[in-house]
Amino acid sequence: MLQKFMRKHDTTDIVMWLIGLGILVAVLYGSYVTLFVTQKYEPGVWLDFTIFGLAQGSVYALIALGYTLVYGILFMINFAHGEVFTGGVFTAYFVAIAMEKSGFIERHWVLALLILMAVAMTVSVLVAVVLERIAYRPLRGAPRLVPLITAIGASFFLQYTYRGIYGSGVKTYPDFPALDGKLNLLGREWPILTVQALVIVVAALMMVFLYWYVQKTKAGKAMRAVAEDKEAAALMGIDVDRVIVNTFALGGAMAGVAGILYALLFKQVNAFMGFIPGIKAFTAAVLGGIGNVPGAMLGGLFLGIVESLGPSLILDGLGIPSPYQLKDAIAFTLLVLVLIFRPTGILGERLSEKKA
Amino acid sequence: MAETKSEFILETVNVTKQFGGLTAVKDLSIQVPQKSIYSVIGPNGAGKTTFFNCITGFYKVTEGDIILDGESIVGLRPDIIVKKGISRTYQNIRLFQNLTALENVMVGHHPRMKAGWFGAVFNTPGTRREEAETRKLAMDLLEFVGLKGYEYELATNLPYGQQRRLEIARALASEPKLLLLDEPTAGMNPSETEEMTEFIDNLRKELGITVLLIEHDMRVVMTISDIITVLDYGQKIAEGKPEEVRANPRVIEAYLGRGAATQHEAQAA
Amino acid sequence: MDKELKFTWSDILKYGAIAGVVAIYVILVGMVEAFNERYIISETVNLGQIALFAPVFLLGYFAANTARQIKSAGFAILASALVGLVGGAFVAALLFLGTHVNLREVFLNVSPELLGILHLGQEAMMGAIVVNLIVGAVVGFFGGLFALAPHKWSNALLVGLSIVLLMGVMQELMSITFGNKDWYKPIGKFIYAQKGLSWGGAILFLVLGVGYSLWRSSGKFRPAARVAKMPTKQRLSISLAAWALGLLILLALPRFLGSYPSEILTTVGIYIIMGLGLNIVVGFAGLLDLGYVAFFAIGAYTVGILTSTGKLATVGWSFWMALPVAVFLAMLAGVILGIPVLKMRGDYLAIVTLGFGEIIRVVVLSDWLKPFIGGAQGILQIPKPQIGEFVFKKPEQMYYIVLAGILLVGYVAWRLRDARVGRAWKALREDEDVAEAMGIHLVSTKLMAFATGAAFAGLAGAIFAAKLGSIFPHSFNLIVSINVLSLIIVGGIGSLPGVVVGALILVGLPELLREFADFRMLFYGALLVAMMLVKPEGFVPEKTHARELSEKEPLAPGIEPETPARETI
Repeated sequence: MLQKFMRKHDTTDIVMWLIGLGILVAVLYGSYVTLFVTQKYEPGVWLDFTIFGLAQGSVYALIALGYTLVYGILFMINFAHGEVFTGGVFTAYFVAIAMEKSGFIERHWVLALLILMAVAMTVSVLVAVVLERIAYRPLRGAPRLVPLITAIGASFFLQYTYRGIYGSGVKTYPDFPALDGKLNLLGREWPILTVQALVIVVAALMMVFLYWYVQKTKAGKAMRAVAEDKEAAALMGIDVDRVIVNTFALGGAMAGVAGILYALLFKQVNAFMGFIPGIKAFTAAVLGGIGNVPGAMLGGLFLGIVESLGPSLILDGLGIPSPYQLKDAIAFTLLVLVLIFRPTGILGERLSEKKA
Repeated sequence: MAETKSEFILETVNVTKQFGGLTAVKDLSIQVPQKSIYSVIGPNGAGKTTFFNCITGFYKVTEGDIILDGESIVGLRPDIIVKKGISRTYQNIRLFQNLTALENVMVGHHPRMKAGWFGAVFNTPGTRREEAETRKLAMDLLEFVGLKGYEYELATNLPYGQQRRLEIARALASEPKLLLLDEPTAGMNPSETEEMTEFIDNLRKELGITVLLIEHDMRVVMTISDIITVLDYGQKIAEGKPEEVRANPRVIEAYLGRGAATQHEAQAA
Repeated sequence: MDKELKFTWSDILKYGAIAGVVAIYVILVGMVEAFNERYIISETVNLGQIALFAPVFLLGYFAANTARQIKSAGFAILASALVGLVGGAFVAALLFLGTHVNLREVFLNVSPELLGILHLGQEAMMGAIVVNLIVGAVVGFFGGLFALAPHKWSNALLVGLSIVLLMGVMQELMSITFGNKDWYKPIGKFIYAQKGLSWGGAILFLVLGVGYSLWRSSGKFRPAARVAKMPTKQRLSISLAAWALGLLILLALPRFLGSYPSEILTTVGIYIIMGLGLNIVVGFAGLLDLGYVAFFAIGAYTVGILTSTGKLATVGWSFWMALPVAVFLAMLAGVILGIPVLKMRGDYLAIVTLGFGEIIRVVVLSDWLKPFIGGAQGILQIPKPQIGEFVFKKPEQMYYIVLAGILLVGYVAWRLRDARVGRAWKALREDEDVAEAMGIHLVSTKLMAFATGAAFAGLAGAIFAAKLGSIFPHSFNLIVSINVLSLIIVGGIGSLPGVVVGALILVGLPELLREFADFRMLFYGALLVAMMLVKPEGFVPEKTHARELSEKEPLAPGIEPETPARETI
């Protein structure tokens, strides 16, 4: 009996299950203590946490789309995608400052926001496309680690380029007075900050647009065809190079918008800001099943909420001091756990051995 | 080679392998006699390679048993199965491309070696002896397959035919009781094919190894096999000596389509 | 190639524009100004100018290289000069724009000083623009000339110029090291001016470099081939003598060099130890581990906690007692972190290990573990290693501990490489499925690679802690992993001498150039990309080591065993 069991399951699998079980117990115990024993937080706080989580999650989701689109087509992790994100929002910062000085933001905040997004999208798309052209295209067909190492190199190159060109300090994005305070709509106040509502709505619109683009437009169909089978697509007369550039551009555009939303939420930019959100967005993409567009969106929202609730809900209950310092650790732990236990993600598009 | 325990070196009992809803191999039972050349043939997608992957433990079988020399090996890890005495080659040659020919063969001997981390670092006499013996064995095998003088060539730089031979040498280095060859003549011209056929025949004669062969090329199979099993859609449709199989209408049908079978019958009549 | 080769006027514009954009990039990112005070040749040529015009030179070179395949040599030279002109025009345009518009609001580095530098010594704007164009054209022209020169000569010139550059950069180091030695004074006076090499020195090194290179390529200089021709016994004794001499030099080095260079060498050495470890994981076994720094940190923190006499003092062990514990704990961590990633391949493995590294960093920085490991304040007062009464206090003394570490670790790596374990790793790297089908137990083989690599990193960390005397979490961020990865890739992945060369270039050289610190990661990033694109096998690629393994007589003299481009990592 035991022998048969052991033949079916590796020792490592069993060890992993035990670790997973341990973490699950810790999570449940921590939550239980927080909610029922210490009761440190008012019930309303959880709603705030969740909404904040949704807002930052939508930013992750937008960035995650870039990872997922590229992975879907090239089966490579565009490690430098976080820097594509930084490029847009950091460059737009200077436009934002100019607009603040001239009072434009106060007078026409919607227009100002649109301009910022346009600038950020343009720069991000440019960075993404140049990156593809210079660093990735010549390596198509190389062993998998080669483009990955290139991408890591490109990531650091871009970070320090931004630092060199724009400076190393943390810069504070100008305030949008119209977005201060709680959302006032339909004659009543809602339990959500205006900024958060805006971020969620804009991100949702972008995601709907992207979904429509990939599913319905000719360019989107070409993209899916290339993702399915590059050679067959090429035989059908699809310009594969062009489709790949399109994909990078699309991912870049999403990252550009995500950058502005991030700046609205967190107000600060610097040369290295894209790295951590980049890895988290990658986590989101993996959570949803990499290569899967709706999956990336859901993965982003899920990660945003877990990261927002986790420290107070779980870690506090476990008696860990200043749990908020560990929020990045929660995200990364989630990444590790997903890759170990369910590398195909929650919505898991089943990738064959070769792909995954 | 090791003493034999059973009349059959390999028996598979109702082996079934499913991928989701697709049944790649269904209820397949074969019995491979000791020191024979046993061929499995069938049209593309008949499940031949899947069957190989089940025997070597790369796939876990859905149902059934696999018995090597009287001992069940079903569910074991591939590396353990090699130790038990089965080794294989691949249809689309899978050598360690950036290792030399010699290193490739020496890796093949891995399961028969013992040296570990400390043995290597402290260069113990045992390790040194084992390493020297392995080297000798690998050199001999390379000579046996006709690769003398190419020992230090990277595998990737060898011509196609030699890569095939190198792959066989690597498989032999694990001192198998049973050698699985997956389409060893794929991509070869007629004269190379003939050479390879002779070579396989030699394997049994000189080394006394049982060979389980997947082949596409009917001529190869018909010349050297003792027994042939024909697969179609994962099921056995015929089994027997070459001449029996050759005459079997179901086989002809599977290979050439229904029309061809009737034509063949008409010709025979 | 189905594309028709051609080179037209619009190509000249394209090449020129690329040169111009890269030159502007170099300016905006701040290199020109930062390197402006670093003179290579006495008050005439500085590193800033070299950085500014290097793109023009390179693109001129590429242009001529392409053009001459289709058109005449004269056209090729003209083309490269024009490319240079266009490149110069870009710089001039930036100068003009920067003078009239305040670019500094966005581009931090466009300072009045920078614009002054771009004037290239001319007062008036018009004159500066003209000079930029002329210098651009001339540099482009030389780039073209370089492309057209016979390979032997261009190669020799490259060697000569590199030596001049290196010696120029080393001025400060030389005077710190040998400044008070009597034998050095006249030499130093001859080769160096106030800032940079003297003209005499520059010409001397150029001639030396060119001469050496020509001599080598003439085929008379072939010590390796000559040794190879000797009978086995003599060959052995010569290689033994070479090893002994090498070791002797290594042992005597700190005495000659003194404190500061020894300090640099110890830093390089710590990276060599880590590089040798990561080389096992990435180079041999093909497992891309981006969280490698975690093991370095574990080694350092173990020594810190066990030996510190400061606020966080625990048991107060000596370095030598803590060392094996540090190595063991790092190794254990290697196994523990290795288990979850056993089933992962390639890029997922890289991301998960990166995740591990970040988790550890975040946890170390948190208040949670602060009572034990000091949080952001780190661990202070880590005593120096001591044998009897002798304390390894100065860098010249720490050097020996590092050297011993390198020799130990290098020996282990070298033994493992060609043993059963090493072959199994390499098989794993090439094809995991087949490796398993050849009887290699994946779990233990992978864990052994992780454990060995981690143990090396733990050793490096332990020495690092003792060397610094205090450790802080920020010394253990992802950048360390990337540095180590870069150095093994530059050296040649899987190659043991490559690790040493890579560490000397990537860790040693930047120490000589203080101004370089800001651009270090920029440079590493670019280097990783460039290496993957152009030379994925590295500068000192892993040989097939046919020679050392061969029992037969070596190949006929003059025939080098070919080292084909490695495709796999």
